[in-house]
Amino acid sequence: MRVDDLVQGVLGRDRRALARLISLIEEEDPVALDALSRLYRHTGRAHIIGITGPPGSGKSTIVTRLTSEYRRAGKTVGIICVDPSSPFTGGALLGDRIRMQEHSLDREVFVRSMGTRGHLGGLSRATSDAVRALDAFGKDIVLVETVGAGQSEVEVVEIAHTVIVTDVPGSGDDIQAIKAGIMEIADIFVVNKSDLPGADKKVTEINAMLDIDPGERGWRPPVLLTNARKGEGIPELVATIAEHYKYLKESGLLEERGLKRSKEELEQIMEYKLTRELLTKLQGRPEYEGAIRRIASREEDPYTVADRLIVEFLSSYKEESSE
Amino acid sequence: MTDREELRRALSEWEEGPVAKTVARFPEREEQFETPSGIPVKRLYTPLDTWDLDYDRQLGFPGQYPFTRGVQPTMYRGRFFTMRQYSGFGTAVETNRRFRFLLEQGQTGLSVAFDLPTQIGYDSDHPMARGEVGKVGVAIDSLADMEVLFEGIPLDRVSTSMTINAPAAVLLAMYIAVAEKQGVPMAKLRGTVQNDILKEYVARGTYIFPPGPSMRLVTDIFEFCAENLPLWNTISISGYHIREAGSTAVQEVAFTLADGVAYVQAAVNAGLDVDRFASRLSFFFGSHSNFFEEIAKFRAARRLWARIMRERFGAKDDRSCRMRFHTQTAGCTLTAQQPDNNVVRVTLQALQAVLGGTQSLHTNSKDEALSLPTVTSVQVALRTQQIIAYETGVGDTVDPLAGSYFVETLTDEIERRAMEYIEKIDAMGGAVRAIENGFVQREIHESAYEHQRLVDEGRRVIVGVNRFVVEEEPTYDYLRIDTEVEAEQIRRLQRVREERDARAVDERLEELRQAALGSDNLVPFILDAVRAYATLGEICGVLREVFGEYRAPDFM
Amino acid sequence: MSSSKKIRVVIAKPGLDGHDRGAKVVARALRDAGMEVIYTGLRQTPEMIVETAIQEGAHVIGLSILSGAHNVLFPRVMELLREEGADDILVIGGGIIPEDDIPALKECGIAEIFGPGTPLSEIVEFIRENVKL
Repeated sequence: MRVDDLVQGVLGRDRRALARLISLIEEEDPVALDALSRLYRHTGRAHIIGITGPPGSGKSTIVTRLTSEYRRAGKTVGIICVDPSSPFTGGALLGDRIRMQEHSLDREVFVRSMGTRGHLGGLSRATSDAVRALDAFGKDIVLVETVGAGQSEVEVVEIAHTVIVTDVPGSGDDIQAIKAGIMEIADIFVVNKSDLPGADKKVTEINAMLDIDPGERGWRPPVLLTNARKGEGIPELVATIAEHYKYLKESGLLEERGLKRSKEELEQIMEYKLTRELLTKLQGRPEYEGAIRRIASREEDPYTVADRLIVEFLSSYKEESSE
Repeated sequence: MTDREELRRALSEWEEGPVAKTVARFPEREEQFETPSGIPVKRLYTPLDTWDLDYDRQLGFPGQYPFTRGVQPTMYRGRFFTMRQYSGFGTAVETNRRFRFLLEQGQTGLSVAFDLPTQIGYDSDHPMARGEVGKVGVAIDSLADMEVLFEGIPLDRVSTSMTINAPAAVLLAMYIAVAEKQGVPMAKLRGTVQNDILKEYVARGTYIFPPGPSMRLVTDIFEFCAENLPLWNTISISGYHIREAGSTAVQEVAFTLADGVAYVQAAVNAGLDVDRFASRLSFFFGSHSNFFEEIAKFRAARRLWARIMRERFGAKDDRSCRMRFHTQTAGCTLTAQQPDNNVVRVTLQALQAVLGGTQSLHTNSKDEALSLPTVTSVQVALRTQQIIAYETGVGDTVDPLAGSYFVETLTDEIERRAMEYIEKIDAMGGAVRAIENGFVQREIHESAYEHQRLVDEGRRVIVGVNRFVVEEEPTYDYLRIDTEVEAEQIRRLQRVREERDARAVDERLEELRQAALGSDNLVPFILDAVRAYATLGEICGVLREVFGEYRAPDFM
Repeated sequence: MSSSKKIRVVIAKPGLDGHDRGAKVVARALRDAGMEVIYTGLRQTPEMIVETAIQEGAHVIGLSILSGAHNVLFPRVMELLREEGADDILVIGGGIIPEDDIPALKECGIAEIFGPGTPLSEIVEFIRENVKL
């Protein structure tokens, strides 16, 4: 598919073009970047909501319920579910759709499952581009669901305006997980499966932890109880999400974050492009392979070699551009 | 009489002497032998293995606690197992014809297979029913179909097993209503509804409602039958489908009994006295390929259930502790390749079930890996049971394998390993929780995948599939379901809708809705709706609105 | 970087039968063969399956059915794919499918039918050889 068709297709709300674009993004195809650069000015309108938490905490069910609420309010929804790829085979089993069946024939809901695929920049690059594609497509709400497995949870923040961290009553181990870094990223906590024993205790624990470390933010993350399977607590969650978005706008944080994000993204893209350029130039060259062997046999060290190669690259680049 | 130490010494001399010498020259087929459940199998079992066996505690006499040796004192010396072939296809007219054929052939009980729309509570004209009507069983939309299904079959003289779960109460109600029309009071009805919703979530997939209301329907049937149908088996707690989904024998026992525990607990929580309903619980297992493991499995399951009922639930009546079960030979062991070989598989599996003390038996037909069975292959399957019963003499003494060093050891081991699983499930908060969080499904899937891997690698031999393969001509002789069936069934349904008293139907359905919102026993309301010719889809539709629908958890 | 090019497969169970042992085992095997597998669960209508395949950018659809409804549901999936202009997707089937139904199913566009006893590696190979990336 040509870039033109792709861009026209996405702007014309063609599901196949959108699906195709996301595939190209995942395949790191240069065409995707072309398309995204042309779609960029059509983005920035969606409210992007990240949902993360340990496996089994009901993230997909919450996403499904939120989607129903947003659809009832007439909003269009895009969903991205990220699941880990196997580090050994690169394969992935993406099963989150199972619980989203009630939306499967709603043309205004677009669900895409993604494997983490061991991308260079981890989850963030491909996911944020896919989110951007949904944004350009005109989705009002974009929900990004990631399994709570460390790295990716934190990366969710970079994409989302509002981050929901889910948890379930029970095992004290999750508290450790929360301490280990999720605490800081949550804008809203959800204790799901409120019918399980210990739900209230969990809420108290999280609140206690928030009190110990209130941070410097003007938004104190609320802790909500839900029973997503029964739909209980979901309207409250939707209201809280809206409140948070309002807070972002009114406090100027939305703009501030937008700037920060643009800067980060620009730098990330430059870094990515530079690295790729550099590597395409070097990989497969005999002198490059030779240098690697010399590093391995301790004849040279990687620091010096890196400096040398970068200097060589930059100077050759200078020559090229001055021609 | 050797003494223990002396025997131990003699055994190790034998191992180190003649055995070692033979193995050195002719290595054994495997480094380590084990059953498909992963239980190690030794070269030889001796009295040392059963030295501590406490006869009274672990075996007892047939018909007595803990029922390891069987649930009746005389077992097959009195009456053979019930020969009960599962069947049903197309419309009620065709299935009625097959039923009469089977009864004429000497079958002693009926077993109804329903099509999938019926099992999932859809009428035949529902969009989801497209292509499925009459395919895997008979289509039943209303009492009118049920009347045809049992036409000319006196319900006071047969026992009927119905493989129906989520809408079990509806089909039971229809059966009662047909009996009423025949002039047979419900107290005289004998039979079984499968009514085992938990294994539907785990393995078979014909669930409708979430676990909470589903368990209520299950216990409503327990209660209704305790009062009105004393001879009816209110549930058939099924390991068969768990096994077909890929579990091991140990998992089959463990997950089935864990489900059983959940049902008993639910009924107790609903205020029923254990001894009032427990004797009408029945079970259903598969019989697979590993001869001794399967026999031991049946015996272990009986003993473990007896102990659970007495020790955990405080059952006082021995009949509450007695595990009666139906067996079906394992469908998943049938091969599409060289299908004649399936007759042999089925024979061995049926023999295992009989040696394990089953109460009733279904033998698969050889062509079931390809499609629904033909009349001829169904007949061979039934003859297989009759040959085992009438020609082999295996039923002439009770529990003939008891005391076998190997069989008793395996029985103990299966019981022990199954109990470990049950304790694990208890720790998770019981079977319902373990199913909701996908634990049981994942365990079964792991076993299924492992099995397929072993088969693909040739380490688990399946004759005709990964060994002794031949080029075959495809066979074209199987039962086809006429595509006209769907259209015909829809016409029948429309006729019923036109001819019935529509207002009465609406009223009955509204009463059912109100009852569902409250906490009354739902069976009488369903019975009233059925009598007014409300359809299965309408009744389940009302319950869907009130209860919601179940969605499966992730499986990985 | 074509290393990120992955075969994406939708494994679906059309119709009402709940026997998903085969579908799950195949899903797992395809994952272990390095593919991305979207598992849809039970009771999928042809419409749902096609919509999923489109949204997910699937290269392959694997249909599993044991109830005998394949002659109605498989062709319907193919018909919808053609309507959506998505018939470049490789569609394969499995389950209990009588031999003499297979020619007609292939005629309508199902690439291959894998019956009981098929080794997993055979399915993996078939996909690798026939998929259009």
